[in-house]
Amino acid sequence: MTTATDDLEKTARRIRRHIVEATTAAASGHPSSSLSGVEVATTLFFGNVLKYDAKNPKDPDRDRFILSKGHAAPLLYALLAEAGYIDVADLPSLRKFGSPLEGHPNYKRVPGVEASTGSLGQGLSQGIGHALAARLDGKAFRVYVMQGDGETQEGQVWEALMFAGFHNLDNLTLIIDSNRFQQTGAVDEILPLDPLPEKLTSFGWEVIEIDGHSLSEAAKAFAWAKGISGSPQAIIANTKKGRGVKYLEEQGNFHGKPLSRDDLVQALVDIEAGLE
Amino acid sequence: MTERKMGPATRDAFGEALLELGAENPLIVVVDGDVAESTRTKKFFDKFPDRAWNTGIAESNLVGIGAGLAASGKIPVIASFACFLMCNAFDQIRMSIAFPGLNAKLVGSHGGISPGEDGPSQMAVEDFALACSLGGFTVVVPADATSAKVLTRAMFEHVGPVYMRTGRPDAPVVYEEGADLKLGRASTVRDGTDLTIIANGLMVAEALDAAAELENQGTSVRVIDMHTVKPLDDDAVRRAATETKGIVVAEEHFSHGGLGAAVAMAAASA
Repeated sequence: MTTATDDLEKTARRIRRHIVEATTAAASGHPSSSLSGVEVATTLFFGNVLKYDAKNPKDPDRDRFILSKGHAAPLLYALLAEAGYIDVADLPSLRKFGSPLEGHPNYKRVPGVEASTGSLGQGLSQGIGHALAARLDGKAFRVYVMQGDGETQEGQVWEALMFAGFHNLDNLTLIIDSNRFQQTGAVDEILPLDPLPEKLTSFGWEVIEIDGHSLSEAAKAFAWAKGISGSPQAIIANTKKGRGVKYLEEQGNFHGKPLSRDDLVQALVDIEAGLE
Repeated sequence: MTERKMGPATRDAFGEALLELGAENPLIVVVDGDVAESTRTKKFFDKFPDRAWNTGIAESNLVGIGAGLAASGKIPVIASFACFLMCNAFDQIRMSIAFPGLNAKLVGSHGGISPGEDGPSQMAVEDFALACSLGGFTVVVPADATSAKVLTRAMFEHVGPVYMRTGRPDAPVVYEEGADLKLGRASTVRDGTDLTIIANGLMVAEALDAAAELENQGTSVRVIDMHTVKPLDDDAVRRAATETKGIVVAEEHFSHGGLGAAVAMAAASA
């Protein structure tokens, strides 16, 4: 057990490094929005939760992971690289002209990307489509969708929540990366979601709230989700934007900007030190 | 002037064809935004209840669910009124269907101004402009029931995103059974040498009536059914531009971004 957790911690550190290095190399992008999702996504990909075969990205029986908050593409690319879908050496080509690693994920160009995203609020509906296909074909695959808390303001999300709850889609898990901030400020000051757990429950979802930076809580939450039948599940991951890099964490809402080359040096030291 | 024989609405013929195709191909599924009685997907719902979902009055989610089904290998029909489908869910069609280039078939009923008594809020007179602006999309509008059946089949044989507009009222008969129609290939339904009318949807029958009347007045008129607005049959437009003295376009759409604009673009590049 200890070894497995240590390995996951190391993987999470590598993913953080990929995120900050790629966005600094690109001189643009959303490192802080990517960093908040690291522990949950790392657990999903490398903690024996998501079933996939990087050599066979279109395997009809694979579990699906849809990154609805497409601006966290650097997180997704880091996951796909560590999982073997794409080459780690290509990560610095993020956002460069000609590179498939566009600023937001492109389904056509990157193996393992399950949906083109970047216009917020669209991932959950697509996840429902996959979940219905699984049910229709009697397949056991599961669907995971990660969306932002700010993104949850989109009307389409509530259409989708209503549908999935009513249709008892228990092969669908929604992760809300609740880092409390959106582009111009705090979610609570712009358009609050609270009481989010109650809202989701009233839409027919089973809900769990976790510390989104705890690998063990993430693992428990995914095990809980798999054990539920008859309802879709929402994991509200309480996270911090920019987590793991002090300079970013201290600013609260550092959105849509990369670290400078100078700040990157300290960021890599912070990441190596691990989460406090 | 001879009275044109009336046939079923194009939405009726689409519904019948969908039923046939659904029996042939188990991959075909339907999502409908609670207007199955109007779009005529109802018979598919009745025959294949496991393969059809009413998503409620929620077009954004409707399109997204269709996208997910397509990405998992199904061939979804995504159906609503043309105006609500294209206008309400345009960004979902753009991002969730067009960007990934999914094999999804969007079918909008009540196209054009012919919903009539329902009023302008139910009419789609912007849908070609919206659909044609999407990368990789094929945009098609059948003129009558026979062509609707043929083009519905063609829509499923084509791999890639398609938008088909169907109409609400009964449609005058333009084609004999067994008409040979291909996506992207204009259909000359009457030949002539002086003038060309390029039309689609219900306007094809209107154009044929106008051509007959003009013939009586000594003007020979070619009538082209441009059932595929995108990709447009540019050659048919060029031939009309060079072989006849002028082109008139008849369609149920605003002039911006519709068939008229597409024909003008093709003629200008001739």
